[in-house]
Amino acid sequence: MKYTEDHEWLSADGDIVTVGITEYAATQLGDVVFVELPEIETQVAKGDEIVVIESVKAASDIVAPIDGEIVEVNDALVVNPALVNEDPTGEAWFFKIKVDDPAALDAFMDEDEYKDHIGE
Amino acid sequence: MADTVETDLITLPLAGLHAELGAKFVPFAGYSMPVQYGLGVLGEHIWTREKAGLFDVSHMGQVRLPKAALAGLEGMIPADLLGLAQGRQRYGMFTNDAGGVLDDLMIAHRAGDVFVVVNAARRAHDLAHLRAHLSGVEEVTDRALLALQGPLAEAALAALVPAVAAMRFMDVAVIDWQGATLWVSRSGYTGEDGFEISVPVDVAEGFARALLADDRVAPIGLGARDSLRLEAGLPLYGQDMDPGISPVEAGQAWAIGRARRTGGARAGGFPGADVILDQVAHGAPRRRAGLRPEGRAPMRGEVVLFAEVDGGAPVGRITSGGFGPSLAAPMAMGLIEAHVPADAVLYGDLRGKRLPVRQVPLPFVPPGYKR
Repeated sequence: MKYTEDHEWLSADGDIVTVGITEYAATQLGDVVFVELPEIETQVAKGDEIVVIESVKAASDIVAPIDGEIVEVNDALVVNPALVNEDPTGEAWFFKIKVDDPAALDAFMDEDEYKDHIGE
Repeated sequence: MADTVETDLITLPLAGLHAELGAKFVPFAGYSMPVQYGLGVLGEHIWTREKAGLFDVSHMGQVRLPKAALAGLEGMIPADLLGLAQGRQRYGMFTNDAGGVLDDLMIAHRAGDVFVVVNAARRAHDLAHLRAHLSGVEEVTDRALLALQGPLAEAALAALVPAVAAMRFMDVAVIDWQGATLWVSRSGYTGEDGFEISVPVDVAEGFARALLADDRVAPIGLGARDSLRLEAGLPLYGQDMDPGISPVEAGQAWAIGRARRTGGARAGGFPGADVILDQVAHGAPRRRAGLRPEGRAPMRGEVVLFAEVDGGAPVGRITSGGFGPSLAAPMAMGLIEAHVPADAVLYGDLRGKRLPVRQVPLPFVPPGYKR
């Protein structure tokens, strides 16, 4: 598992990377009440705002962590946004992305580095 | 992040208790305020609707005036204050010459004085405003202010101070608790039955702990306070009311006393009376509406509203919005131009897409007041 400074986790299987948000991010957001996901087959660039997530407190964006094509999205989150709080690193993945350059994953934090990042 | 406490923020007298109860703090109106506890905003909201929620609203301004100031205070507010019986409280708004709202407040007519509670963000403004027009204005700085709200609030508070059970909505009373003097009103800003209790700072923590020892009572933060008041259709100063919005536009014409209206015993005589009374008689340029976005996406303040799905000029804007936990759906209030039919479907511009919004009557959730 790799982590971004925006509190996303990335889990790679070949050139397909599954993306979600960390437990820390889910706790900070509070109760999630709305999720809007990108269209499948969308080409995205690192930094593009592709997911809208609304908690009881505020709206936030989730950005594409890496260049690639969206190949699958987790529609279960649209029906049940609370899943993001219940199981952020498991069932509540947001999208799968076919990455242009799998080697780009090496630049992200590993678990120890991420824990340092959030001060744990 | 949201839980960072800035050093120049004012800390509540009960901050230590809130921290012990697991509060997350946010800056609000210059104060470090508990925004939520362990239950989370959704859980705290539902708890308050079903049981009793304890809120620390000590950031709000508490002010005492001599009884002789009641007539002068009436000259600043479109409410009927000379008709306010002793032992009763009334809602009012400070207005400006243009007919806008400077703040909203509660006014209690007590045996020995007049007790006023104002919004935290307007405390300094309101004190200066009061002192410019009245003498004997005294800020109360040695009392915390708690609110106990929800259908079980009466039972929980009466277990400590039985006299509260006899109070009805908007009654005020001075009641002893273990030698301390509580200033109690049967009121609140959640749409639920409940009480607001001004308690001396030195016994406030003990009193709060005594309430929290009751299984029916949980601590509730600012997050749920906002969703509760929005579901109850209660406007918030700074969002749904401001100096550019009149009481009539804000849906608060009910708070303009009959005696202060055209033809009344003391008609007018408050700032902006010409504008406001004309709006009462002939309508205002805009009206407040309850709004239900048709999808699941919440629409918050400043979302612009259109009459058409494409093109056209804006016909209004959302002033407060979010997710209604009791509705399990998004909800909002907005200011809509008066010419728009009350049953027209509107379209809110959300992230560049126009999504349908229905206009609905307020409140979203029926009130539980004990009248």
